[in-house]
Amino acid sequence: MTTKKRIKVIMAKPGLDGHDRGAKLLARVFAEAGMEVVYTGLRQTPEMIVDAALQEDADVVGLSSLSGVHNYFFPRVVELLKEKGLDDVLVVGGGIIPEEDVAGLRKAGVAAIFGPGTRTDDIIKFIEDKISGT
Amino acid sequence: MFDKEKLESVKTKKEEWDCGPVEKVCAKFPERRPTFTTISGEEVERLYTPVDIAGFDYDNKLGFPGEYPFTRGVQPTMYRGRLWTMRQYAGFGTARETNERYRYLLKQGQTGLSVAFDLPTQSGYDSDHPLSMGEVGKVGVAIDSIDDMRVLFDQIPLDKVTTSMTINAPATVLLAMYLALAEEQNLPYNKVGGTVQNDILKEIICRGQYIYPPLPSMRLTVDLIKYCYEHVPTWNTISISGYHIREAGSTAAQEMAFTIANGISYVQACIDAAMDVDSFGPRLSFFYNAFTNVLEEVAKFRAGRRYWAKVMKERFGAKNPRSMMMRYHVQTGGVTLTAQQPLNNIVRVALQTLATAYGGAQSLHTNSFDEALCLPTEEAVTVALRTQQIVAEESGAADSIDPLAGSYYVEAMTDQIEEKIDEYMKKIDSMGGTLKAIEEGYIQREIQDSAYRFQKEIEANERIYVGINKYTMEEPPPTNLLRVDPKQQEIETKKLKKLRAERDQKVWKAALGRLDEVSRTDENVMPAVIEAVKARATVGEICDVWRNIWGEYRPKEFV
Amino acid sequence: MEDLVAEVLQGSVRAMARLITLVENEDSRALQIMGAIYPHTGKAYVLGITGSPGTGKSTLTDKITTILREREQTVGVIAVDPSSPFTGGALLGDRIRMQRSSGDAEVFIRSMATRGNLGGLARTTADVVKIMDAFGKDWVIVETVGVGQDEVEIAKTADTTIVVLAPGLGDTIQSMKAGVMEIADLYVVNKADRLGADELLSEINVRVEQDFQIKKTAWQAPVLKTIAVENQGTESLVEAIERHRSFLRESGKLRKNRREKTRQETLALLKDEISRNVLEKVLGNGRFDALIDDIVAHKKDPYTSVQEIVRTIFPEE
Repeated sequence: MTTKKRIKVIMAKPGLDGHDRGAKLLARVFAEAGMEVVYTGLRQTPEMIVDAALQEDADVVGLSSLSGVHNYFFPRVVELLKEKGLDDVLVVGGGIIPEEDVAGLRKAGVAAIFGPGTRTDDIIKFIEDKISGT
Repeated sequence: MFDKEKLESVKTKKEEWDCGPVEKVCAKFPERRPTFTTISGEEVERLYTPVDIAGFDYDNKLGFPGEYPFTRGVQPTMYRGRLWTMRQYAGFGTARETNERYRYLLKQGQTGLSVAFDLPTQSGYDSDHPLSMGEVGKVGVAIDSIDDMRVLFDQIPLDKVTTSMTINAPATVLLAMYLALAEEQNLPYNKVGGTVQNDILKEIICRGQYIYPPLPSMRLTVDLIKYCYEHVPTWNTISISGYHIREAGSTAAQEMAFTIANGISYVQACIDAAMDVDSFGPRLSFFYNAFTNVLEEVAKFRAGRRYWAKVMKERFGAKNPRSMMMRYHVQTGGVTLTAQQPLNNIVRVALQTLATAYGGAQSLHTNSFDEALCLPTEEAVTVALRTQQIVAEESGAADSIDPLAGSYYVEAMTDQIEEKIDEYMKKIDSMGGTLKAIEEGYIQREIQDSAYRFQKEIEANERIYVGINKYTMEEPPPTNLLRVDPKQQEIETKKLKKLRAERDQKVWKAALGRLDEVSRTDENVMPAVIEAVKARATVGEICDVWRNIWGEYRPKEFV
Repeated sequence: MEDLVAEVLQGSVRAMARLITLVENEDSRALQIMGAIYPHTGKAYVLGITGSPGTGKSTLTDKITTILREREQTVGVIAVDPSSPFTGGALLGDRIRMQRSSGDAEVFIRSMATRGNLGGLARTTADVVKIMDAFGKDWVIVETVGVGQDEVEIAKTADTTIVVLAPGLGDTIQSMKAGVMEIADLYVVNKADRLGADELLSEINVRVEQDFQIKKTAWQAPVLKTIAVENQGTESLVEAIERHRSFLRESGKLRKNRREKTRQETLALLKDEISRNVLEKVLGNGRFDALIDDIVAHKKDPYTSVQEIVRTIFPEE
């Protein structure tokens, strides 16, 4: 009778960028893959995103940015998560992110960057593998 | 248009052809797909014949260029007289850097300027606001005050260019700065021309750069339109935009339908503000996307022009034909670009340019091939501009007006899209209008559903995207990408500090006080905004005056 | 585990979030956790907010929370959304409409999916309420979609239940199931600036009046108007909630209701425990399948068989 553990995801748009097509699409696709998805909407500060992750006890934080602010926002989210003791939260990112920034973001603790054209089932598989592996 | 007997004969022969040779060949070599659809999902027949446009009435459906219902174009000679305006959206970093890019583009033969503002400016925050962190100068130029605006147009005489500004929620503020600058150049307001986007509804639907709730936002929109009608007669007061709706995932028909629905709301709001439809009607302009499926795009533009003309004439009783013209700017589809094999994007943009030319646009921005990766480099911007020039000068597409008219396919597709637009309009009217449809999330959901469908089609390989799900290859990461100096915010913050210290406090305070006062009445805000920017009030300070009065809009999100 | 409970009692938000997950997942340690939590519960006032989709419940929750915060009350919010019956996943979209509150450290918002449970709540929502209560929240607000007979579970959890309606949604009191009249302590007509608000208001008033005349209850549910997005009518709503709370307290109904709720909950737990125990024993060996074979072959009947089984497990004294 026990309920299956479900992967809980926070989908967030950091900063002022209003392009949420990708974020909303993924929220829907993740839910269809059986995950529980909290969509936080636009204009999120790193503090707001981490607060949501903390209260929701999220397994995954998904960040989407198309305005070129990823180098500031993504590492900041990882840093704040650590400060709050949420080291085990998987942080993934997507949007328009130049390849040459990816290494830096990975180093900063972002587990993966999914660029335009990534298949959604690849993203789902990545998340499921990572979560079941930990 | 067609002789009845002949039609019958074509019909019979088509059936024979379908059952005969077609069936035979298909039995041996099946077609590539069971059904064919455009990228928007519009069904496409194997073969179009006169039967598909049996009721075709030339006068009623097409008419002549420059004449109602404007299906074939809004000017009598179209590109034979003057080519479309080649207007590249540009702006990044500081006003100084952007000014240099503008002067470069003008020297390359570009004929109009288009300003991209950074997100803090678009959302009415100064560069030193906490929410501006990381965003200053990123997707456009950072403008905090008239000082920045002065640098942006340094050595550019404002009566020699037309300027399009992509600005919505704070449109009144940026226009006020432009007008104040014109004054500094000793130009009367009626000597400057350009466009402000000023389309808040699509911000709420899909682009996200809103500040205030819909009603006070609409008031600012209408104030700007009214002020320009009285004082800046050559200004295009609004650019009702389908571009972002399409980028957010809509189909071609939805793009046109929802844009027209928004247009209807603005017209109604102006009429409600006691303006005559023919006073502001001629200054309304539109902004659309162009995808790669050439014929569908052409049909979309033609259907939209025809539908809008009818709306203005029949629904709003416009008398002036200029009020019935859907004049529009086009930008090639940003989301059609791939990060994979980026040079392929040049070909996509070329096809989209062709569609735009065949469709009869008034101006065009072509995207740079590297835009799926970063802000465009100078090389990429140049290729994008050259693409337009090749289509305009070499392809012949600009030499005869609406050359695809009369194509069975194009006319049938034009009718098909027009019908879809009409269905949406009826649905939205039945919901109580666009604002209600937005509030209920209807429009947002329709767009998201289309985006979702498209993604699923790509992933199921039902639709081919070169470099994404077919003809893929390993490639080295791109290099040579343009970056914005991350120190930008510091620079802007310093400038702001200086500005706040050195401006005349008394004049500044009085101007903001006056703005606050006027905004609480029905009086037009524009004169007070112009006084405020002259007193060196910043975009953030002016927007805060209104935030205090009207509060901020919090959207419902519909996933 | 005990550490986690202790941390919750000391005010660790992180520990509370984790503990909720364990309980929500019906982890094997959940009963033990709730046992440790229980002694610290009973202080929070539980508010239920329910209504059809699109009535503005989340925005209303956000505004109520803001007002309670101004009164220096701490608040926990549980926003329940349905899980998809096909995929088991869920889109939890309420948090977005509670952004004003979500920046406040004294407000804890947790989204919950129903995970296949009917009745408008997840199986474990009541336990999550208790965790927030034990943590020390003065108020716990449970917000869920639902009108109709099947979705009245919220009233079993909340002290005060608010039913939210809005004009233009085809929402009429007639279209609501009778159960709604039973659970509403307060009605709110939100989006009251819309066409049809006054009609809806008077319609509800008539029904409430009729109901009151028939049943002669001690509390007549007030009907309030709000425009939550503009913060209109929200102060009066909080006042009305406070009035209901005082009524419950002074009339002794609060104690009575809570006793009844405790009884129901304990009964449910007992039933769960019994069936789990019995089933473990019965299904543990292969005899049950053999029994089914016999029943199918009509050698035995199911009615007598189950009585026999239970009698062997619980021999009569």
